[in-house]
Amino acid sequence: MEITKKIQGGDIRAASRLIRNLEDRMPEAKLTIKHLFPLTGRAHVIGITGSPGAGKSTLTDGLIDCFRKKGKTVGVLAVDPTSPFTGGAILGDRIRMQRHAEDPGVFVRSLATRGALGGLAKAVGDAIHVMDVLGEDIIIVETVGTGQQEVDIINHSHTVLVVLVPGMGDEIQAIKAGILEIADIFVVNKADREGSSKLSRELMAMLDMAPPSAFQGGWRPSIMKVENAFQPESFNKALDDICNKIEEHYKHLVDKDLIGSRMRRKATVELNEAIRATILEPVLLKLLGSGRMEELIEKVMKKEIDPYTAAEDIAKRNLEGCL
Amino acid sequence: MYFAKEVLESSSKMRKRWEDEVKKLVSKWADQKPEAQWSTVSDLPIKRLYTPDDIKDMDFERDISYPGQYPYTRGNQVTGYRGKYWTFRMFSGMGDAATTNERWHMLLKEGQTGLSTAFDFPTLMGYDTDSPKARGECGKCGVAIDTLEDFLVLTKGIPLDKITTSMTINPPATALWAMYCAAAEIHGIPLNKIGGTIQNDMLKEFIAQKTLMCPPEPSVKLISDTVEFGTLHVPKWNTISISGYHIREAGATAVQELAFTLRDGMEYVEDVLRRKKLDVDSFGPRLSFFFNAHCDFFEEICKMRAARRIWAKAMKERYKSKDERSWWMRFHTQTAGCSLTAQQPYNNVVRTATQALSAVLGGTQSLHTNSLDEVWCLPSDFAVQIALRTQQIIAEETGAATTIDPLAGSYFVEALTNEMEKQAWDYIHKIDDMGGMVAAIEKGFPQLEISDAAYKFQRQIDSAEKIMVGVNKYVSTEKETIPFLEIDDKIELEQIERLAAVRRKRDSKAAMKCLSDLKAACKKGENVMPFCIEAVKALCSVQEICDVYREVYGEYRDPGLY
Amino acid sequence: MSDRKLRVMVAKPGLDGHDRGARVLARCFRDAGYEVIYTGCHQTPEQIVSAAVQEDVDLLGLSCLSGAHRYLYPAVTKLLKDKGADDIMVIGGGIIPEQDFQLLYDAGLKAIFVPGATLDTIVTWINTNVKPRA
Repeated sequence: MEITKKIQGGDIRAASRLIRNLEDRMPEAKLTIKHLFPLTGRAHVIGITGSPGAGKSTLTDGLIDCFRKKGKTVGVLAVDPTSPFTGGAILGDRIRMQRHAEDPGVFVRSLATRGALGGLAKAVGDAIHVMDVLGEDIIIVETVGTGQQEVDIINHSHTVLVVLVPGMGDEIQAIKAGILEIADIFVVNKADREGSSKLSRELMAMLDMAPPSAFQGGWRPSIMKVENAFQPESFNKALDDICNKIEEHYKHLVDKDLIGSRMRRKATVELNEAIRATILEPVLLKLLGSGRMEELIEKVMKKEIDPYTAAEDIAKRNLEGCL
Repeated sequence: MYFAKEVLESSSKMRKRWEDEVKKLVSKWADQKPEAQWSTVSDLPIKRLYTPDDIKDMDFERDISYPGQYPYTRGNQVTGYRGKYWTFRMFSGMGDAATTNERWHMLLKEGQTGLSTAFDFPTLMGYDTDSPKARGECGKCGVAIDTLEDFLVLTKGIPLDKITTSMTINPPATALWAMYCAAAEIHGIPLNKIGGTIQNDMLKEFIAQKTLMCPPEPSVKLISDTVEFGTLHVPKWNTISISGYHIREAGATAVQELAFTLRDGMEYVEDVLRRKKLDVDSFGPRLSFFFNAHCDFFEEICKMRAARRIWAKAMKERYKSKDERSWWMRFHTQTAGCSLTAQQPYNNVVRTATQALSAVLGGTQSLHTNSLDEVWCLPSDFAVQIALRTQQIIAEETGAATTIDPLAGSYFVEALTNEMEKQAWDYIHKIDDMGGMVAAIEKGFPQLEISDAAYKFQRQIDSAEKIMVGVNKYVSTEKETIPFLEIDDKIELEQIERLAAVRRKRDSKAAMKCLSDLKAACKKGENVMPFCIEAVKALCSVQEICDVYREVYGEYRDPGLY
Repeated sequence: MSDRKLRVMVAKPGLDGHDRGARVLARCFRDAGYEVIYTGCHQTPEQIVSAAVQEDVDLLGLSCLSGAHRYLYPAVTKLLKDKGADDIMVIGGGIIPEQDFQLLYDAGLKAIFVPGATLDTIVTWINTNVKPRA
């Protein structure tokens, strides 16, 4: 297929159009993904999550620089929230990465959540595939950062960075949201601020309390510090260290044969999603389109039927052939 | 208490009667204007009538006082404008140095009393005309200055010891001020004889105008260097013009302009005290301010009166200044560019006139009046003359300058002055709690406050809750055409050639030596000014100097917060 | 269950930092239901075009108040053409004298908005003239 070839050949315009079509859920885009799928699995996918104002985009910008210096190509998927009121979104993360705009080895793409929970956009999984086939060595996925349950990132990444900032109540938030369990590397950002050593100590204590089984293949999450982004020398040094740590983590996954188990999560989620999209959605659409859904809702409200019986009826009518 | 008890009692009775009558009438009116139109342009609610009740808690000595007496609500000068009008200072600059020099001489001949320099964007951002980033910008919104050679052409025939010059320049302020100092030296004028202002206010750039170069912290350091150098060597120079103008143009309310500008001023004072260990009264008198005169007449007057009072209190009480000259808030004013409309452009003359009048009634020391064509391009000779004449008419014909602070004692004006002061202090304290202005900027606080206000205002214009004549009311389909000034695109090539010629003829080794000395000074944290002066004399360019800063201090990019 | 959304980029080419208009517009576009990419101030035409392609936008709105639009706007449209991306529609705003309008239309701009243009005018224009890609 022509578009597959174009993307394999590094055609950014074709890739960005395909990602657009995936976001917009155009049927032909799904078709293309079928062709791309066998070609994926090359890239090292890095997830970056953390609360708003934690400095995720600035870190991403710095990491792009580090990986470029190592001769790697970099793709970035930056997710921002869709307004629930208007359906619109301001995608502002790339502002902080614009200095790389002219570098042909960097491809930054902004995505809106469009109602997806979990800190990512629905199309992220497929967009990663597109960037992978496009030839990006490194793919950085930056989550929304609402401070909510942003754990979906682990399903798509080899290495997850959790960014925390002292004095923002991040510690407690993070533990509540369960994002501590997903971190391979903690970044204590803006570490020149008050409370930074306290935050590091608390993280350390938390890791000390975790059972050894929590550390996959014996990888104990590292705690890395980044000070003021406005002090170029120390900032760049800290970023280099993080970059090296990320590579070290990837090497750990390879050496311990853990890539497979990471990617199993992705496969599981993708299969689940695909089943939902292929089986459930057409049925729902049909019910909505025919007015049958409204009828059933009425009936359930009048207690003429219970939701379970209704669902079983639908399954019998629609899915028997499939199952 | 400001009024005798009996006065308040009878006022209270009379007000009751008046209120009843108003109620009766209003209940019959079918189409009342929306609430937003009974507030200032900044959405401060305004009452139908102000009475003694509204200022009953004032204390004459504490709050109003006399001109030239603390807290200077009524002005710094005991003689008001009778001693001397405000300085008629038209902001101008376009094309190359020679073209701007010509405009300056024209303005002086027409009765302008001070100079004010508009630079083009490459100069403002610390790039040379031949930088790839500067393409298409040369001379478009001001004069292009690359090296001292350009600067000498710019100031040709200008008596630097007699006329004061203001330079709107921020990140490269050290370089341009160094050129002014070097030019004076070349003309044999000692540094203690030259006077003027460099804007040199980076905090408002981060907040509003985004003329960005280095991060906040080293930016403030460079500013403190100029304050120190001025205090020691150029005593008649205003080394910072702490600016609310751009904050307002970015969409701030009048109160936000007032609060953020004054809090910026406090940040600079605190930085100099901390970093340079100078006595507050050694530099306090040379701090100057710059406000916007927007279209809400009384709000602007009250803003300026409140500003003087806040600054006097801050200097005296917060920084324990003892010299009353430090307590004076001296300021320049410019009418509001953002209030001008492309539609029916001649209406802009009227807007500018009423805005200028508010600045005069608010007691400004210096004034720029916008030209009617500035929503389209740089002003033509024709338009700039009307703008200058507007000031002259206010000064010479209206009588507005005859009496000092003529609106003092007005129930409305005093009450609104008080209210704006109160709201400004609330903001100032909030920023104090965040750890100061640099910290607040890093959090994006003032930026987001302004963004919200700008968006709200635009929505109010769209829904005609607020009125702009010719835009959302009294719209006319007839087109008015006005003459436009054109800046020839070819001056860019000429300027690039001039710069290349300077580079060819200068002693390259000496120039590079100056730059490496400057770099060493930056790294050691020394005052950069003496090194800058040497560098410009060796014909180093604006960009060469700024590149040193960018290299040592890092580059700051707009974080684009929402 | 496809769902086309308009993607719009708001960009400030050149050295001008007056971003009031650009920021107000970005918010207004979000409220109109578009996905808005804002590039921040101080962008070169190359950076803007590259970003527009990477983001696959339908519309690119340029804002410049420094007078450099005569060079910068045509530079953007030319680069779009060079990259085969001239199906991205370009509009512009700022301090632009009428005598420059034709030059900009000739360069491929589809509309020019000057001070006083209301948000409704601009959104109505977009809704009428820009359709998300088929």
